[in-house]
Amino acid sequence: MMNPEALQYSKSHEWVKFEEDGTASIGLTDYAQNALGDLVFVNLPEIGDAVEAGEAFGDVESVKAVSDVFSPVSGIVDEINEELLDAPETMNSEPYEAWLIRVKEITEKEELMDAKAYEAFCESQEE
Amino acid sequence: MKLIFERGKEGQRCSILPPCDVPEVTLKELGIPERKEKLHLPHVSENELSRHYTELGKQVHGVNHGFYPLGSCTMKYNPKVNEKAAALPGFTGVHPLQPEHTVQGCLEVLQQTEKLLCEITGMDAVTFQPAAGAHGEFTGLLLIKAWHASRGDRKRTKIIVPDSAHGTNPASAAMAGFEVVSIPSGPDGCVDLEALRQAAGDDTAGLMLTNPNTVGLFDRNILEITSIIHEAGGLAYYDGANLNAVMGIVRPGDMGFDVVHVNLHKTFSTPHGGGGPGSGPVGCKAFLADFLPGKQVRCSRGDGEKAGTEEAGTEGTRTEGAMLHFEAPSRSVGSVRSFYGNFLVVVRALTYILMLGREGIPAAARGAVLNANYMMEKLKDLYPVAYDQTCMHEFVLSLEGLKKETGVTAMDVAKALLDYGIHPPTMYFPLIVHEALMIEPTETESRETLDTVIGVFREIRETAKTDPQKLHDAPHTTYIRRPDEVQAARKPVLRYEFVEKEETV
Repeated sequence: MMNPEALQYSKSHEWVKFEEDGTASIGLTDYAQNALGDLVFVNLPEIGDAVEAGEAFGDVESVKAVSDVFSPVSGIVDEINEELLDAPETMNSEPYEAWLIRVKEITEKEELMDAKAYEAFCESQEE
Repeated sequence: MKLIFERGKEGQRCSILPPCDVPEVTLKELGIPERKEKLHLPHVSENELSRHYTELGKQVHGVNHGFYPLGSCTMKYNPKVNEKAAALPGFTGVHPLQPEHTVQGCLEVLQQTEKLLCEITGMDAVTFQPAAGAHGEFTGLLLIKAWHASRGDRKRTKIIVPDSAHGTNPASAAMAGFEVVSIPSGPDGCVDLEALRQAAGDDTAGLMLTNPNTVGLFDRNILEITSIIHEAGGLAYYDGANLNAVMGIVRPGDMGFDVVHVNLHKTFSTPHGGGGPGSGPVGCKAFLADFLPGKQVRCSRGDGEKAGTEEAGTEGTRTEGAMLHFEAPSRSVGSVRSFYGNFLVVVRALTYILMLGREGIPAAARGAVLNANYMMEKLKDLYPVAYDQTCMHEFVLSLEGLKKETGVTAMDVAKALLDYGIHPPTMYFPLIVHEALMIEPTETESRETLDTVIGVFREIRETAKTDPQKLHDAPHTTYIRRPDEVQAARKPVLRYEFVEKEETV
């Protein structure tokens, strides 16, 4: 699957989409869902929780393991994707549609990559 | 296969009782609320019941069926003499509330096993309440918490756990109310001393560690590790999951640990993994003994004078005229389970220890280490070893290369082993190794068995090259093929639905 050009990517394999209203949506990349395998549970923060760049804000569970999901930005959780709680498989089938949280009042962000740089990063991980 | 509720019909039973010859009394007359709905109980004859269990037995793979190298689980063979001892009526026909003088033999079992475990672990006292390993971890952490609290030291809120630890370690620490600090392993799979020094401080309540560790290596810095924790003011907890590799050879107490749990069901050979209840006794140094949960066995002389109550676990066995009794530790953290834990597992473990004796216990550990190294050496040219050095009782292979080359995963290889009558090794653990297979042959397998299994592994490696699809589709010969783990996790069916049956009644 191609990594969409419009998104930015973190080294811990999350994607971020900065919206026009100043919020940011965060999800797991195709590489991440592929490495994790079939996802069966997701734990999300609550609306109003503070998230910090580089810190875990939730976790996802596959049949293999539980893994933290890190926030590429600092801010306040504005919205969570409740549909994922009942249908975590969407993160496998449509990783770039299945956003986990939307963050507002963004104060800080991690160093992020564009699609091309992220692809190169993933390739270097394979070696 | 038919489930037990789908067998037989109303009226069928195993024993037919004679008509009741005393007047019937309803619960209502006694003022006890009556059940409004009928209980769903199976109605089967003895032969149907026997067939039910035989059928179930066909669908499983136990250590009685074949090789069972499930890493980290120590699926050694359980000698039948353990069962003989545990079936003695003096052990099975007792009640935990019976007067102490009528169950002196049972108390002696607890006392003797405590003494032997103290000797093996280098601890001073043991509680048998915890029902299994993780329960032992939780109990041990409560001791650590109580000890800090008793000293008024309330800033110690963190437990340090290496990233290679069993998942139960951080889970138990969280359950006990601690914050978990994860530290990375070095390239050799052992604790990164620098990271440990940085993590340890005046908020450190303790460290949880297995040694040999989760990748099957003995951490040679162990004395330094425990002293870093002690200097920071914390206590060191030994997860006894891997004790089988070192029992009778080195003692956690001598490595500097203050609290330890032992998995009797693993190391001391009682059926587990769906085959029986576990037992995770917790041992501790004398300064923690007052906090132990439940009750400890103590010896009192015939004239009522108590002996050996000061130093737990150090008194000798019952002498002529002496009586054993239970005593609650003075500052106990409370009970973590009813009464004395899974007592019959303790009986089995005691039998095992006494059968092996002072020479047999370390010999078993040596055998476990030898078998693991033998298998590792014979496999590592085809399956790269994650940490290539002499291992302890288990070793970890990484099938990442195989996956890249052929598309065959650790899961496929594990499933293919089933077709050869071999239980798969532990898969995808530890998480720090990709496509991991963790193999623990244990000491109870012969060289002939190991050679056969090595042959199977090599054959599967060949099949991966020539016919990877065959492995993707494995197992081919088992009763159950590949269960749908994803569906099982997403939509678990946790109980039998009676609805249909009710309609037909």
